[in-house]
Amino acid sequence: MDLRTRVRRPARRSRAHGGLAAHLREPTQVVFLALLGLVAVGWALVAFDGGQLLTMESVVGIQQRSAALGIVAIGQTLVILAGSLDLSVAYLISLTSLVAAEIMAGQDGNIWPAVTAVLVISSLVGLVNGLVITRLQVHAFIATLGVGLIIKGIVDHLYDGPAGEVPASFQVLGYSRVGPIPVSAMLWAGVAVVAWFLLSRTRLGYRIYAVGGNEEVARLSGVRTARVTVITHVLCSLCAGIAGLLLAARLGAGTPTVGTDGGYDLESIAAVVLGGTALAGGKGGVAGTVGGVLLLAVLDTIFNQLEVNSFAKDVVRGVVIVIAVAVYARRGTRRSA
Amino acid sequence: MRGIGKSFLGVRVLSGVDLDVAAGEVHAVVGENGAGKSTLMKIICGVHAPDEGTIEIDGTPVSLGHPLEAQRSGIAIIYQEFNLLPERTVAENVFLGREPVRRGLVDRAAMEEATARLLDELGEDPFGPRDLVKRLPVAQQQIVEIVKALSMNARLVVMDEPSAALAEHEVELLYRLIGRLRERGVAVVYISHRLREVFDLADRVTVLKDGSRVTTLPIGEVTPDELIRLMVGRDLGTYFPPRSAAAGEVRLSLRGAGNDKLRDIDLELRAGEIVGIAGLQGSGRSELAKAIFGAEPFTAGEMTPSRPRSVREGVAMGIGLVTEDRKAEGLVLRQSVRDNALLVARAVRAGNRAGVRDLLERVRLPAARQEQEVRYLSGGNQQKVVLVKWMTMAPRVLLFDEPTRGVDVGAKAAIHDLMRELANDGMAIMMISSELPELIGMSDRVVVLRDGRIAGTLPAGASEEAVMRLAAGEGA
Repeated sequence: MDLRTRVRRPARRSRAHGGLAAHLREPTQVVFLALLGLVAVGWALVAFDGGQLLTMESVVGIQQRSAALGIVAIGQTLVILAGSLDLSVAYLISLTSLVAAEIMAGQDGNIWPAVTAVLVISSLVGLVNGLVITRLQVHAFIATLGVGLIIKGIVDHLYDGPAGEVPASFQVLGYSRVGPIPVSAMLWAGVAVVAWFLLSRTRLGYRIYAVGGNEEVARLSGVRTARVTVITHVLCSLCAGIAGLLLAARLGAGTPTVGTDGGYDLESIAAVVLGGTALAGGKGGVAGTVGGVLLLAVLDTIFNQLEVNSFAKDVVRGVVIVIAVAVYARRGTRRSA
Repeated sequence: MRGIGKSFLGVRVLSGVDLDVAAGEVHAVVGENGAGKSTLMKIICGVHAPDEGTIEIDGTPVSLGHPLEAQRSGIAIIYQEFNLLPERTVAENVFLGREPVRRGLVDRAAMEEATARLLDELGEDPFGPRDLVKRLPVAQQQIVEIVKALSMNARLVVMDEPSAALAEHEVELLYRLIGRLRERGVAVVYISHRLREVFDLADRVTVLKDGSRVTTLPIGEVTPDELIRLMVGRDLGTYFPPRSAAAGEVRLSLRGAGNDKLRDIDLELRAGEIVGIAGLQGSGRSELAKAIFGAEPFTAGEMTPSRPRSVREGVAMGIGLVTEDRKAEGLVLRQSVRDNALLVARAVRAGNRAGVRDLLERVRLPAARQEQEVRYLSGGNQQKVVLVKWMTMAPRVLLFDEPTRGVDVGAKAAIHDLMRELANDGMAIMMISSELPELIGMSDRVVVLRDGRIAGTLPAGASEEAVMRLAAGEGA
């Protein structure tokens, strides 16, 4: 979203937005610039290696790889902006993939009941997360980790392998595409647009920023802060549920480890932070997160094409995330100085 | 005064304080630290409920049990530290929690228009409604607060030390803003230490002392000297340990020292001497202690034996600092008394770890209490632990910032005795206190700060009036 709204007075414009360097003040721009740079460098490296980075196949691959993480990360952006955090998403994804596939049981007619069930269960999990944080005053880190473990315990008790069956008509969500754009990517884009709209155009969005920015200020301005926190957790869990549906569609079945194997909890937080949203909340937005997710996916694609081993891949990801946040921190202090 | 009358009658939690404010009036509330100004203000704003007494607006009694109720009754408050979201725009801050909506969506245009209109009405618009608050200088952030108050149709604005964060030249803007509020018929309660502002702005002034109202006077019927006497006027019956004979060698000296908060500081601390530092909030008292200690180092001038660039260097020079906020800066609350007392000794090589048990016993914290977590101790005993923490390294210079804040009378006397004892043992001591009787009773010499500079130095036994006059900047 556009955080650098136009400034009314030219006198201030020159001070606030002078020169190219100043244009890079906002992390959102930094991340997209980094994305562009990475594509360029990756393209050169892969070309040098005798391949081509931006083939139809790899572009589709990048989008598909990003879609599930992207949707989770959008939800994560909302909670982080409100000053919270959700570590239960990975477990919830596993749970919802199973719920979806079990209820569908290969029947076209069961798709809608399954989707409804997933959305209801996700909302409930989000509600529990939110209430534990606001009513029981448990720190979000522990509250959502605890709820996540409870889900994991239930799932592990009931399943020890893939279960259920997703009908072919629902697998469309996972595989088909319109031109170069997979349906899953459109879903991701849809979720992102809704979240962007929510943050920039609704009262709730404004209050999410206020609560994350300074809860006391928000409270003294008449914002019901607990309610905002609970709602963002419900929305975040809904996003995880949608990701669970998407992964079930892709795998054709539910899997008890699909969420944790994908590392959706920590990776979604990493993507949010990479996108320039402050981990403490109150600052950032959806656009940066989309950039962060794409950056991670492009990085993946480059490594795959270069056939670098996966350990080196993780090292580079780690370095990228740490450097990004260090860069934002420096900009932040220089600006306020 | 004509128009709306507002009265807050007999809010007796402060033992029967009466205050009435008329529309378009600026009513100053003055008093020493701890006189009850902030409590009174919090009652007006609905943060605390009064135990006794009534509050009336336009003649109707109201109950202000919650900040929101006060807001709805047309009372806005501008806190000392601003209540704004730095990462959001001016308009977003002004309408926080009350965003206008159209068809379910926030009406940005209406919000920004209304903000721009209020800015225009104020005649203060060095910025637009879309600017991020963090990009505005502090003085201009105050404009945002005032616009926020106006957007709520506030009829009473309470300002708590609004000039504390402002530089000299920025105060003019504040004056203008208050003038505009007055023109609009808004009543203003102005709480300030700075007497000049009170005389410049107020129509009437209410003096609080020890939780009760001394008097309310039209500003024209009182002189600064009289006002100071009214604020201070109490007898010095308290006991303080006798002063020592003579000061010894110079332990530390400053020549023209300064940083972004302090300027041209000349000061000598001698062995065996207690130097008191007086000044209003924001005059640079704590900053001076932190600069000498190396926590917020001096960037200019000389300091002998040397100028520390970090706390570590300060400690290596034998300087200790008993900080103002012992819970946040002085102690690890969840660790034992012993561990806390050893904080410094463990950090520096010269620390005397073995002697810590004796030192704790010397301040009457027997072995049985030494394993307790510090948070279970009373304020006075906690402060003794902080003292022992520094005594383990036998400092040459020990700086005290509000050493007896939140400490009961008995422990206070014990700490005073201990401070004098340490001075008699040859330590150079500097003490900051907002409590003038304490400062004057303890110090061999009182240095008064104002706006980051030394306003003057007074000998032992100076009067409170003399100190206040220097601190508030009223020519003698």
